[in-house]
Amino acid sequence: MKYIDEFRDGEVAKGLAAAIKAEIRADRRYNFMEFCGGHTHAISRYGVPDLLPPNVRMIHGPGCPVCVLPIGRIDLAIKLALEDGVILCTYADTLRIPASENLSLMRARARGGDIRMVYSVMDALRIARDNPGKEVVFFAIGFETTTPPTAVAIKQAHIEALKNFTVLCCHVLTPSAIMNILESPEVRELGTVPLDGFVGPAHVSTVIGSRPYEFFAEEYRKPVVIAGFEPLDVMQAILMLIRQVNEDRAEVENEFTRAVTPEGNDKAQNLVSEVFELRRSFEWRGLGEVPYSALKIRERFAGLDAEQRFNLKYQPVPDNKACECGAILRGVKKPTDCKLFGTVCTPETPMGSCMVSSEGACAAHYTYGRYKDFEETAA
Amino acid sequence: MSGQVKKGYARSLDIRHGRVDMSHGGGGRAMVQLITELFANHLGNEYLAQGNDGTCLPAGKGQLVVSTDSHVVSPLFFPGGDIGGLSVHGTVNDVSVMGATPLYLTAGFILEEGFPLADLARIVESMAQAANEAGVKLVAGDTKVVEQGKADGLFITTTGIGFLPDGIRLSGDQARPGDAVLVSGSMGDHGMAIMSKRENLSFDAPILSDTASLNGLTAAMLASGAAIRVMRDPTRGGLAATLNEIAQQSKAGIHLEEGNIPVKPEVDAACELLGLDPLNIANEGKLIAICAAGDADDLLAAMRTHPLGRQAAMIGKVVEDARCFVQMTTKFGGRRMVDWLSGEQLPRIC
Repeated sequence: MKYIDEFRDGEVAKGLAAAIKAEIRADRRYNFMEFCGGHTHAISRYGVPDLLPPNVRMIHGPGCPVCVLPIGRIDLAIKLALEDGVILCTYADTLRIPASENLSLMRARARGGDIRMVYSVMDALRIARDNPGKEVVFFAIGFETTTPPTAVAIKQAHIEALKNFTVLCCHVLTPSAIMNILESPEVRELGTVPLDGFVGPAHVSTVIGSRPYEFFAEEYRKPVVIAGFEPLDVMQAILMLIRQVNEDRAEVENEFTRAVTPEGNDKAQNLVSEVFELRRSFEWRGLGEVPYSALKIRERFAGLDAEQRFNLKYQPVPDNKACECGAILRGVKKPTDCKLFGTVCTPETPMGSCMVSSEGACAAHYTYGRYKDFEETAA
Repeated sequence: MSGQVKKGYARSLDIRHGRVDMSHGGGGRAMVQLITELFANHLGNEYLAQGNDGTCLPAGKGQLVVSTDSHVVSPLFFPGGDIGGLSVHGTVNDVSVMGATPLYLTAGFILEEGFPLADLARIVESMAQAANEAGVKLVAGDTKVVEQGKADGLFITTTGIGFLPDGIRLSGDQARPGDAVLVSGSMGDHGMAIMSKRENLSFDAPILSDTASLNGLTAAMLASGAAIRVMRDPTRGGLAATLNEIAQQSKAGIHLEEGNIPVKPEVDAACELLGLDPLNIANEGKLIAICAAGDADDLLAAMRTHPLGRQAAMIGKVVEDARCFVQMTTKFGGRRMVDWLSGEQLPRIC
């Protein structure tokens, strides 16, 4: 397979590691945030930090769709399944996110909820066609990558006049989250999160293009290098970021030219704006209420909006007091700074959302990297 | 499984068009007919023919080894096998990796009302073939029928009985720092065969399940004289789960070299597509062996002489580690843990 052979090659990685070593200045530190969970996962799974010099540190960002869903949103989905008796369809990891009353969608299923895991929103449409006597709700989560398929499904259901299908839309926007981090007091004033640049999103950028990041580079003087999700992509992007920092540049560069253009995917963007509009505000786990950071279904397709059909009222629910997911999602803390990490919060019994998805900072560190914590202690 | 149907009293089973109905589990003539014409016809032998509530078996030499396994795989027929063969292989393998010689099997069937007799016949024939190939005999059985919707076609529980020759002691707590870790072939074939069928993935070369009885391979390995400490078949949870079990039982760590772990390109591709790790995926015809480092080459050579061990490889070693972590040097050049699978990624895989 091409990606496995070409973009995970150990020999090329050695070459890049040497180039990074030659490029860095010994007298300074380099702190880069990889925004996407896909990058977080690749970095942990392939052991990328082992190939980086000690003064290059990667900070995990909030780009994991499962991680940023607040408890209140999961509660809405659980209510639909248990009280309204709908068939609730969603992507796999969503089933395990902890919600109120010690529930999750997985546990709601064990209590009799008809909750089904789908790989594609089209499967949810099929389930609706096959079950005309039941209400079928697609619990739509994700960043710009998963939004266009949801738009396609909504349009398709509209054309078919499918009466028993609705979407609980929780799609969120990447640029608003990056802005929120850059505007956070920790980054702007206190300097607790030293941030020298971003590894920019891969799949999200194929849709929105590289242009939306130019504002961050200019306005906040932070370099952005858009990178693919393979480990060599990440290494190359880190090298490009280091060069920008050393040369005191703050530009948007594109390492992922094989898939990302400055404009992105016009067709997908048009489809999304035809079906969705901006929400005035949306609660994110970790970031709190973020203005204009999520999408809702346009009035024209209101009949396909689960929030309207089932008259859902959003109720914010605070996270567990000891859970540090919020600070971890903003890059303020590391997973190991959380008292719950690896004690009561593990992938089997997640307390916070970062321990749920394999793209979450805590799950990635627990699954792939926790041996290092003991080596550090021993040293 | 007892009783005789009087000839001419009932028409023979309509295996081509018939279906399981509630009477096939009711204890009456219909049940006896199903057992006689289908199960006993294919699986019968002198022990099953005893026809009593229990079966008397001659004792073998050494310690008795028993293992039991329920099979709920979906779909029932998958590329490279079916639930019938699988229900024999799975249990034969559990007995074999103990170092024992499997001799007898029992089987419990839970059938769903409406299940086609033609499918049941195919499954029973597949069991008979697998049992013949492994040299084991079905010595007791049970059949129950549940209403439609209460089971997904059929479930099969098998129990295997074997005898462990004196002097052989293989156990998960025997791995010692320095020992070599070997696998008998490519990882993840069974799980991805099931998943590719379930998700309708098609590849140029279809992924076939590796389901097979390993007693021939284990016999060859034991005959090599190598100091084998542990053998285990990495089924649910795959290589990762099995090595973590062994590490914890032996209170040691394990270091793997990713580049040495055999994974077929089509399995790798399917895993990539579905976001899965081949090291977490079930196998049904592979084993892991841990042996003294000095004997590793001999054991590897012995494995490779057997058809089911041609792709055998040395993939790592046992190390001292109070935390019992399984770690791996990736092909990329970094290091990571190989942890237990969390949650249930692949339900009803076996």
